[in-house]
Amino acid sequence: MKKRNGAKYNGIYFLGTVVFIYFLLFFFHPENIEKSLKISALVLIKIFPSLLLIILLMGIMNYLVNPGTVSKYVGKGSGIKGWFLAIFTGMLSHGPVYAWYPLLRDLRNQGMKSGLIAAFLYNRAIKIPLLPLMIYYFGTRFVLIFTCYIVVASIVQGWIIQMIEK
Amino acid sequence: MTNRSISTRVADKEVSMTNRKHNDDKKNIVSAFFKAFKSFGTSLPILLGVILVLGLCRAFVSVQMLSAVFTGELLRDTVIGALIGSIFAGNAVNSYIIGGELVRENISLIAITSFLVAWVTVGIIQFPAEATLLGRRFACFRNILGYILAILVSIATVKTLGIIQ
Repeated sequence: MKKRNGAKYNGIYFLGTVVFIYFLLFFFHPENIEKSLKISALVLIKIFPSLLLIILLMGIMNYLVNPGTVSKYVGKGSGIKGWFLAIFTGMLSHGPVYAWYPLLRDLRNQGMKSGLIAAFLYNRAIKIPLLPLMIYYFGTRFVLIFTCYIVVASIVQGWIIQMIEK
Repeated sequence: MTNRSISTRVADKEVSMTNRKHNDDKKNIVSAFFKAFKSFGTSLPILLGVILVLGLCRAFVSVQMLSAVFTGELLRDTVIGALIGSIFAGNAVNSYIIGGELVRENISLIAITSFLVAWVTVGIIQFPAEATLLGRRFACFRNILGYILAILVSIATVKTLGIIQ
């Protein structure tokens, strides 16, 4: 209970600090602060659907998934299928990474391995809907090679984190 | 008691059990979503803080400022690219656009690739949120490893591209 409250207050302290910085900078660069606020508001509006989707997924997960299921597919002993699941869901996930932290926290509390969480987060580097844009800027061969190395690096990172967290 | 009244009683009992189960299911669905809202709600202050910091970065830092940071030395630029990518966050589209601009400024592709990878895999701005929600130890190790791997992936990608082409 103490840890949870600590986490809640950490968030409030962080937000308070950022607001204070905005307040201070306003006296020196009011135009940039106004610009920052507009950009932040636009970002919030843009990501709002993603946030709703995440809450929906969390709700579905709370209802359908129990710790046993999580452990079976992405917990200890889940093996290769756990890795596949983490890699592919990472590629499919969209929206800002910080929006996924609450869901990942809940999954980890239910038994998901830290290594798979790391692999999921790393594979977010591959944005399937944005691949055409990446190909436009950097070429098809670059994107193919880049994608392969990202998957390999995600497994390496996940494995190392799994070893450290043991 | 007739057979009909027994079977009616049994049927009534089954219906009431089904209704109870249905009501229990409704309560469980409602409580599942309520729990999700509550859980997400505890993360809201820190997520708002991260969005505000992102707004600050985008308002105060321009592409010209970014390209001025690169020195022309390959290894140093790769390290700098990964560092800048680690600090920035947001939609990956922006990293592709900035990367494209940096290519025009003749910044090396390895440096730009490390910037692209670090943009999505490392997060200094999101670190408070990650540490709070997923644990400080996990966040530290994941970001440090992510930074190192961003450099390695960029070198591997561009060298492999060079061999194939």
